Amino acid sequence: MSAVRTSGQEILLKGIAAAPGIAMGPAYLYSKLMPRVKMRSIKPSDLKSELQRLRNATARSVKELQKILSFAEQKLGSQDAKIFEAQIMILNDSILMGTIEDRIKDELKNAEYIVSDEISKYKRLMFAAQDEYMHERAHDVDDVMNRIIRNIQDQRLFSRLEGESVIVSEKLAPADTVIFSRNQVLGYVTDLGGVTSHAAILSRSLKIPAVVGLRTATKHIRSGDFLAIDGYAGFVAINPTEETREGLKRKAKRFKDFEKHLVGIVHLPAETIDHRHIALSSNIEFPEEVEFAFAQGSEGIGLYRTESQLIGMAKYPTEDEQYEVYKRVADGFFPHSVIFRTFDVGGDKLAPDAYQEENPFLGCRGIRMLLDHPEIFQEHLRAILRASAKKNVCIMFPMISNLYEVHRAKSYLDKAQEDLSSRGVPFDKRIKIGVMIEVPSAAMMAQEIASEVDFLSIGTNDLIQYMLAVDRDNSYVAPLFQQFNPAVVRTIKMVVDAGHKRNVWVGICGEMAGDPLATMLLVGLGLDELSVIPSILPEIKDIIRSIKYKDAKRIADRALAMSSDTEIKEYLSSVVKSKLPEIPLDT
Amino acid sequence: MVERVIVIKNRTGLHTRPAATLVKTAAAFKSDFYILKDTFEINGKSIIGVMTLAADQGSTLRLKFIGPDEEQAAQAVTELFERGFDEQL
Repeated sequence: MSAVRTSGQEILLKGIAAAPGIAMGPAYLYSKLMPRVKMRSIKPSDLKSELQRLRNATARSVKELQKILSFAEQKLGSQDAKIFEAQIMILNDSILMGTIEDRIKDELKNAEYIVSDEISKYKRLMFAAQDEYMHERAHDVDDVMNRIIRNIQDQRLFSRLEGESVIVSEKLAPADTVIFSRNQVLGYVTDLGGVTSHAAILSRSLKIPAVVGLRTATKHIRSGDFLAIDGYAGFVAINPTEETREGLKRKAKRFKDFEKHLVGIVHLPAETIDHRHIALSSNIEFPEEVEFAFAQGSEGIGLYRTESQLIGMAKYPTEDEQYEVYKRVADGFFPHSVIFRTFDVGGDKLAPDAYQEENPFLGCRGIRMLLDHPEIFQEHLRAILRASAKKNVCIMFPMISNLYEVHRAKSYLDKAQEDLSSRGVPFDKRIKIGVMIEVPSAAMMAQEIASEVDFLSIGTNDLIQYMLAVDRDNSYVAPLFQQFNPAVVRTIKMVVDAGHKRNVWVGICGEMAGDPLATMLLVGLGLDELSVIPSILPEIKDIIRSIKYKDAKRIADRALAMSSDTEIKEYLSSVVKSKLPEIPLDT
Repeated sequence: MVERVIVIKNRTGLHTRPAATLVKTAAAFKSDFYILKDTFEINGKSIIGVMTLAADQGSTLRLKFIGPDEEQAAQAVTELFERGFDEQL
């Protein structure tokens, strides 16, 4: 690091506001890079927990590798998947693991040091051989070693997180966010990532402030540095001055006061002054969120992300395991409806260590993966159907890019219904079917698709990414990810009109639905449903209840005639400021 | 202690699959099992050890068995080598 830092001096870093809130506390630097191993002596009294850490780490490594192995077998064929099998065998090598445990006991050194020292012996011998095959094996051995060490260190990290801290990292995978949420995390700060990365969505749902896309956070911040993060405006202060801290405390209070006002409207309908009702529902991904979504005044679940169940799993959950989860969610929200989106796997949405594609966002994700794996798809559909017995469940297919995929998905659904009928299992025979409109080709064909289904739901995150050719997680092009790009606004209008022409309702479940700046526009464009993260729901309802549909339509018409993202955004923010001055639009 | 000297017959040598078969076979016996190649000795019940041997077709290995069932262990393991691990010879 070249930057010289005087300790105690305030440094401000500007990033992207990913999850609202103010947090202050010590930093914890979380590195996913090559683990570094230092030799440390351990006390005899710590020996037992040290050995336990080693065993947990080994067991976790085996699990991770089994998951990789099964994906590799599907994607590469069993021959190439063999390397992972060999790695699992090394982890199960009782002579090796026994030697490592004995050495920890005898030498009283930390587990990762002994693991590294012992396994490196073999690695050196393999590298010394004059043989390409042996060199490759040496890389396998190296992988296994790093995996165990990383898993040992992760456990140390989690146990050290007993105190509250702000997690600082290059990048957070959705699985990391979930793991961290079980500890006392005050906030997240990352170098990479955009506002719609899944880690950001999750932290919003978990109500943990986050600032992402800071680029150099991990270079400037050291573990233990005191941080203040502003998840409304998207900045991080290292060693904040008294003035900065006080300012942030005042800001936090202002937002808290507004939240108090919102409590009063939670169970009132989401209806404009001139009585247009908007179905205001929630996007969730864990059964644990049902209660919160309901408490926030949600009318239903507009998007249940079923793939969350795959996080950290070595293999796909069984039909019964899936059914358990779906039933909990469906019953928890009864009599309101729950839309289960079938597994949207691929893109950035897989637990870590999944198979690698050159270009996963244009690869085998969403419905494509499911149509490729009929057995997985059938079990999944049966599980959702079984949860529909009380008739409050809808099913939605992600990543549809042509009509043929809709036909195929529906025929699989028919088959799943036949299977259940023949087994005598109850389900809703007239279950409502919907399609996510998130690929431009599907938007163009929205009318034809609408003829095949009961509803359309616009997934703006992916729609924008595919329309504007911008990777939503790439902080270098993040400014080009424009939700108010006129092409996006006009496409939403086109899809709404197409759906209404075919008498199906049209909703929106992307992040845009939860942006207070967009609410008037979306209502004016004629959307029937907005599905948002539960934490923002009361604020969106407050806006809907404060406007007239008549005015919203006029506002949408003006926006539709504009020609740039900036123009639309400035127009909408001037409208919000004049019509709804109490909404704290803070960017 | 029982000692045997064998020559690797199968074409691919002691690569991953035969190595796994060897370790599994040896693990069924109580006796300790060591493999010596040149001046190098490894524990024959450890997959990472066997993988490190880099024993190609034609290599000579010295097998050492020490324990209560050393005779049976020696016989089972030697047979495995004789059969070329049921792979292409």
